[in-house]
Amino acid sequence: MEIWNRHFECMDRKGIKNVQSERLRETVEKVYFNVPYYRNRMQEAGLGPESIQTIDDIAKLPFTTKRDLRDNYPFGLFAVPMSEIVRVHASSGTTGKPTVVGYTRNDISTWSEVMARTLTSAGATRNDFIQVAYGYGLFTGGLGLHYGGEKIGASVIPISGGNTQRQIQLMHDFGSTVLACTPSYALFLAEAIQESGIKRDELKLRVGVFGAEPWTENMRREIEDKLSIKAIDIYGLSEVIGPGVASECPVQEGLHINEDHFYPEIIDPETLHVLPEGSTGELVFTTLTKEGLPLIRYRTRDLTKLTYDKCKCSRTMVRMEKCLGRSDDMLIIRGVNLFPSQVESVLLEMSEIKPHYLLIVDRVNNLDTLELKVEVDEAFFQDKISQLEMLRQKLQNNLENALGLGIKVTLVEPKIIERSEGKSKHVIDKRKF
Amino acid sequence: MIIHQLSIFLENKSGRLTEVLEVLGEENIRITALSVADTTEFGLLRLIVSDPEKAREILKKQNFTVNLTEVISVMAPNEAKYYAKILKILSDLDISVEYTYAFSVGAKSIIILRCSNTEDAIKALKSHEMELMKASDLYKI
Repeated sequence: MEIWNRHFECMDRKGIKNVQSERLRETVEKVYFNVPYYRNRMQEAGLGPESIQTIDDIAKLPFTTKRDLRDNYPFGLFAVPMSEIVRVHASSGTTGKPTVVGYTRNDISTWSEVMARTLTSAGATRNDFIQVAYGYGLFTGGLGLHYGGEKIGASVIPISGGNTQRQIQLMHDFGSTVLACTPSYALFLAEAIQESGIKRDELKLRVGVFGAEPWTENMRREIEDKLSIKAIDIYGLSEVIGPGVASECPVQEGLHINEDHFYPEIIDPETLHVLPEGSTGELVFTTLTKEGLPLIRYRTRDLTKLTYDKCKCSRTMVRMEKCLGRSDDMLIIRGVNLFPSQVESVLLEMSEIKPHYLLIVDRVNNLDTLELKVEVDEAFFQDKISQLEMLRQKLQNNLENALGLGIKVTLVEPKIIERSEGKSKHVIDKRKF
Repeated sequence: MIIHQLSIFLENKSGRLTEVLEVLGEENIRITALSVADTTEFGLLRLIVSDPEKAREILKKQNFTVNLTEVISVMAPNEAKYYAKILKILSDLDISVEYTYAFSVGAKSIIILRCSNTEDAIKALKSHEMELMKASDLYKI
């Protein structure tokens, strides 16, 4: 089993702690002097840079949330002048404004490093052909895998997402050995390959690197079975860096977090107290080496637990369990983050529609589907089919523009959507994780 | 000359049309004419009834999305050429017909028309001596 960076990935716990303490001190100093937002928050808490000496002091620091990123949109939390930023990525936010992340040249290099670890631990080498079917663009998936693939010296096929027939053709003709995409797309692709009539032994595929959305052990078995490959789970979020935050080794007993770069904590999402090892709670990350957008105790809202036991693969980096739940109402649809409040803000802008709606998420033929049922406002209702169709189409277009996701809009009769005391139930997620 | 037609938004779900008719039936509303326009997901039910205002209130109370729409009605012999003539009068004046439906009473057809401009349509049909129905007469059928 190859290990990309044995020095860090197999460092003893004491050594890791020393590295983390040193890097946390540097990070705290950096944000205190360069990001007014963090300086204010620390001063409010009576903290200065000298208050943080070891990694154990981290619990003194305030949390950062997605809302803080939004309030400082677009570049307010960047810790370097824009002249140092060489790349920005963005993901969808809660009010239509995206969450923007910036990378310095060193950040891109760190990202390539952690992705090189990820791909190596999945078993990829310079002799592999990596088909990157994650989306390229503002989404971090495509370019994250791309740079990691180049770093290990593999041949990267930057095919991006979608266009299934071409995916299959290139996989066959180029002899792709590694597939990187969302797990649901992997399943979709598996079935398309079966239908295409191409025989399995004509393909050289042997491993898949899948993430960006929650998936179950059942899905893993299905993918491994249908594609005859090993399916490796990877984890990341753009705020922290993108893919490369954590990934499975061949032992597949949890995902190793690259904790020399990203320090994890598990907290109780209600009390915000740090929970002891082995407890399930919300995952929180502090970046230890990032320059462009360092984050202090960023609340991911993902629920998981950590184990510090040494892994059979000989890596010592802490492992997190597969993430399956969230501590907020965010949905992940085909790898895209979606908050129900985003839908609501689109509806509120349209006077013809009442903001009574129901989002139905399902998985049909292994692809997530999104349907919105919405009530027509009686004041607008007229007896022209064309007008209602136009309204439906307009709403569908507005939503697709705002969410970056395909959605099916259905107009329904009033009072169909259940009202409940306080917060009404707006989402039905039929997918089984 | 203006007829008030009920227009009701319905989801394509079995039993919905029955419910509308049952609700109206309980209040002794009579139905002169009925037409359904549908798409794959929803339908529009159009009704000429004995008391449109009352029917609207009843349906509203039952949470139906309902509106009154102005239409006109012409009585003519139930032969295709008369129907064609009526449509031609309107199209010659660039008055478009959004939809139309008809039913027969004996040898006569009663034609319901929803036009882009109701007033102009009435004038045009009158000037060609077409027999426009009074609302009160239509509701009585």
